[in-house]
Amino acid sequence: MGFKEHCFKKSLWLFHFAGASCNNCDIEILDCLTPRYDVERFGMLLVGSIRHADVLLVNGSINQRDKSRLLELYEQAPKPILVVAIGACGCTGGIFAEGNTFAGPVDKIIPVDAYIPGCPPKPEAILAGVVKLLNK
Amino acid sequence: MAEQLFYFLIFPGLLFAAVVGAFLSYYDRKITAWVQFRKGPPLFQPFYDFFKLLLVKETILPKYGSKGVFLAAPIFAVFGATAAGVFILLPLLGIETGFNGDIIVIFYLLTIPSLTYIIGSLASGNPLAAVGGSREMKLILAYELTFLLVLAGIIQKAGMTISLNEIISFQTINGAFAGSISGIILFIVFIFCIQAKLALVPFDMPEAETEINHGIMIEYSGTPYALVKLAKYIMLFILPAFLISLLWGGLNFEGIHILWSVLKILFVVLLLTLIRNTNPRVKIKQALRFFILWMNLLAILAIVLSYFGY
Repeated sequence: MGFKEHCFKKSLWLFHFAGASCNNCDIEILDCLTPRYDVERFGMLLVGSIRHADVLLVNGSINQRDKSRLLELYEQAPKPILVVAIGACGCTGGIFAEGNTFAGPVDKIIPVDAYIPGCPPKPEAILAGVVKLLNK
Repeated sequence: MAEQLFYFLIFPGLLFAAVVGAFLSYYDRKITAWVQFRKGPPLFQPFYDFFKLLLVKETILPKYGSKGVFLAAPIFAVFGATAAGVFILLPLLGIETGFNGDIIVIFYLLTIPSLTYIIGSLASGNPLAAVGGSREMKLILAYELTFLLVLAGIIQKAGMTISLNEIISFQTINGAFAGSISGIILFIVFIFCIQAKLALVPFDMPEAETEINHGIMIEYSGTPYALVKLAKYIMLFILPAFLISLLWGGLNFEGIHILWSVLKILFVVLLLTLIRNTNPRVKIKQALRFFILWMNLLAILAIVLSYFGY
């Protein structure tokens, strides 16, 4: 593993994008930053601007309105960027998959690097997904 | 010439100040984690962040902005921080004695990073960056006068000398200024000025993360943001070093005194970190009132007290 790649994997900054979410996954994601789970151990930080992000966390079902915003965010992000789909809605569409306004799961809009299923996924599951992403 | 270049680029300039500042930044994040009962990042985290931004990430230029100014601003920020760092650290580490009046030059050089952040943010063409830039401007207006009053108090205590080296040697003969009542007041005011200069939490409105998404830094990515980080690391080291040289008798590198010198710097950064972790962000109006009214009053009180010899 080269020096560049090592630095990149040791310092992933997260940007959180919530589609039409029920807020459950959002709470579980924020749980990962709390003292009990603490992803800063791996050098991860939650950043507020997409320009600083290395990982785009997407959760919630993506509807017609969110689709253009998600695409725009992905284009605004400095490459290389990893995309993680979190929760049943992000991975497959979940119970909204047949809905009128549903615009496809995340991987139909932008390329996805890791899927973390669950409704909502436990913080342990999110951490396990993160570790798999780091070892990829 | 080669000697000057060595001073500016390697020791005690860019490289040394940046490495020490990066470790201080790690220390700051680790203490923050401990305050919040977390475990905190690994030791080389600031280096990973810096090299990731410098080498791996793409640099995105704003479409509706002035691209040249946007890219030049971080370079000037690093330049200003390094120049100020050299003038502070040369007398402090006992390499050279500096020149008469260098304290005024340092005062001006220390404003360059904040100034360039404003210019860069306004050049990016982002409305949130403009909000951050205007807040930073107001903050500078608030703390600069206080900072100048603190320097005036120190100059008066040192018997009207404006050379950093003479102030340090005055303290080694007569004891550190922080040992007197006016010195303690100046120390407190100086700590708050550093807090505002570094944009740490009670005064972090320019880059309020949760409110205006990093404000002045919002459009920076890749290499320019790495340079901004570098300037911040350097500032995190040289401002506590400046405080120690002005009020706490400078540093001493003979034998066991090395430990004491390192502890001094760590203590000042610890104070900054604890203030940052135990306070909420204030509004810009409150910050202006805090500095222009209360901190200025305290600084003037300290000057009056030192005039009467306390």
